[in-house]
Amino acid sequence: MSRRRPRPVVVVDAESTNPPGLLEQIAAVGRRSVTRTLRQRALLVFPLVFPLILFAINGSSLSAATKIPGFPTNSYRAFALALPFIQGSLFVAVTTGTDLARDIETGFFNRLALTPLQGPALLLGQLGGSLVLACIQAVVYLLVGLATGVVIVTGVGGAFVLLALAILIAFAFGSLGALLALRFGTGEAVQGIFPLLFVTVFLSSSSLPRNLIKVTWFRDVATYNPVSYLIEGIRSLIITGWDGQALALGFGFAVLLLVITLGLASAAMRTRLVRT
Amino acid sequence: MRVSNAISAIEVEQLVREFRKGPRAVDGIDLAVSPGEIYGFLGPNGAGKSTTVLMLTTLLPPTSGRASVGGFDIVKQGAQVRATIGAALQEAALDPILTGREHLLLQATLQGIGKAERKERADALLDRVGLSLAADRRVGGYSGGMKRRLDLALALVHGPRILFLDEPTTGLDPQSRAALWEEVARLAHDEGMTVFLTTQYLEEADVLADRVGIIDHGKIVAEGTPAQLKAEIGSPSVEVSAVDADGGERLAELLAGFGTPSRNGRGSVTVQLPGGEAQLAEIVRALDHADLRVASLQLHQPSLDDVFLAKTGRKLEGTADEQADEPPAPAARGRRGR
Repeated sequence: MSRRRPRPVVVVDAESTNPPGLLEQIAAVGRRSVTRTLRQRALLVFPLVFPLILFAINGSSLSAATKIPGFPTNSYRAFALALPFIQGSLFVAVTTGTDLARDIETGFFNRLALTPLQGPALLLGQLGGSLVLACIQAVVYLLVGLATGVVIVTGVGGAFVLLALAILIAFAFGSLGALLALRFGTGEAVQGIFPLLFVTVFLSSSSLPRNLIKVTWFRDVATYNPVSYLIEGIRSLIITGWDGQALALGFGFAVLLLVITLGLASAAMRTRLVRT
Repeated sequence: MRVSNAISAIEVEQLVREFRKGPRAVDGIDLAVSPGEIYGFLGPNGAGKSTTVLMLTTLLPPTSGRASVGGFDIVKQGAQVRATIGAALQEAALDPILTGREHLLLQATLQGIGKAERKERADALLDRVGLSLAADRRVGGYSGGMKRRLDLALALVHGPRILFLDEPTTGLDPQSRAALWEEVARLAHDEGMTVFLTTQYLEEADVLADRVGIIDHGKIVAEGTPAQLKAEIGSPSVEVSAVDADGGERLAELLAGFGTPSRNGRGSVTVQLPGGEAQLAEIVRALDHADLRVASLQLHQPSLDDVFLAKTGRKLEGTADEQADEPPAPAARGRRGR
């Protein structure tokens, strides 16, 4: 520590400072969240590599499925491209939840609680980094798909809608991660939910169209599983064309999931951010 | 509007915090801290120090009792209390991915400091705590002492009048500890900041605090200046060691004239000095007159550890591992105990 006499830094009356507005608070917390995400390469690499490896394996090994009568496309790779967007969203959930849980565990959350920061600003700002991660992932998945010969039948406009839907889904799953972190307060609890989410994705129409699933219980589970409609919304833009019903269901379930997870996360934030 | 025009910077009356299925962590404490005073809150782990700090910093509602900080009620005027105080809570709560400067800029933004002033404030604080050269390094690479100094700087960003430091030097090496003490003393004595400092180190309370409150099992068992507390429990003692092993007997006979001597088994004899250290000169003269050669002569002032022993029946040093930890901070506690 410096031995020379410091100049006083207490030059303001703390009570006279004006608390920042909600948007400024969101921006400040969001900037930190984005910085954190971009500086942790592992957070960027694994969510990119793992879904793309599965995409490569499925795209080549399950191509015979396109010979099943009624299969909606003759390119299994195009059919399978929807899955990485959903898997990437699961990584967003874990990243968001783990980051927030770490803040709680280390006491950084308490540090923020001692400022005039509002709960919604903390939650939305924290999700800012997740959205950046989601954007990067979605663009990379799309570019890899195009590079491997997948044709987006809805064209450039469809690609943008696809990205919007993928980011919306990632936002919803990110909110789920935040909810788990706020509810349980530990990174372990957040990571523990990951296998369950992964199973949920596989018990959907991720590998086959629902009408071609022969096992009744599997088809029923896939039909009741909202993840099927998220995948089918994305997939419709790649292989079907402008399918209003698929898009309505995809966006509808994504919004519904977001409303539920964000709503519950906000309530959990109010409980967690106890201040008198 | 402030709830009181009291002179005290911190006023606490019968403050209680109970945890569900847990002990009464804070059990009806009363205290008052004057502006510009360093108040040392001394006690072993689990005594109730951190729970008290969490209540006074508005992060934990009390079960009963009342307290005001900076004249604001901690329950009814939480936002005003938070604007008045700075706090460095247990364990430096920092983000290892961010740099020191980024921490300060984030804190300054959230505290509502104008954009133009943030950078200047951050630079001044970094300079003050000696982190200018490390300002743009990620905090993950900081030493424990550097983290604590950054923690202190973060608590000062908005110019608080009252500073809460919860075990600020735990785990630090002696040099870092001394540097932090120096800085805290400057804040109080040069800038008039009120400091509420919890510690389990006797030396820290002794060196730094103007007044000390000793807390044990949620209750304040003693309070006063370190000198008052030591004086309360008795007079100093002198320990004299004879040069020869058989000189102990003669020493004991001679020192019996000053009090009741006790033999220490190594040829040394200790005697309490009811008349205080002024009697030391008389002892030296008596030894000289008796032509008794001594190897050493030591005056022992009562320590805060003696005070703690007298008030609780236990020694403070070494109790840390025996005590159950206090319930963790609310944010880390999940939903238990609300």
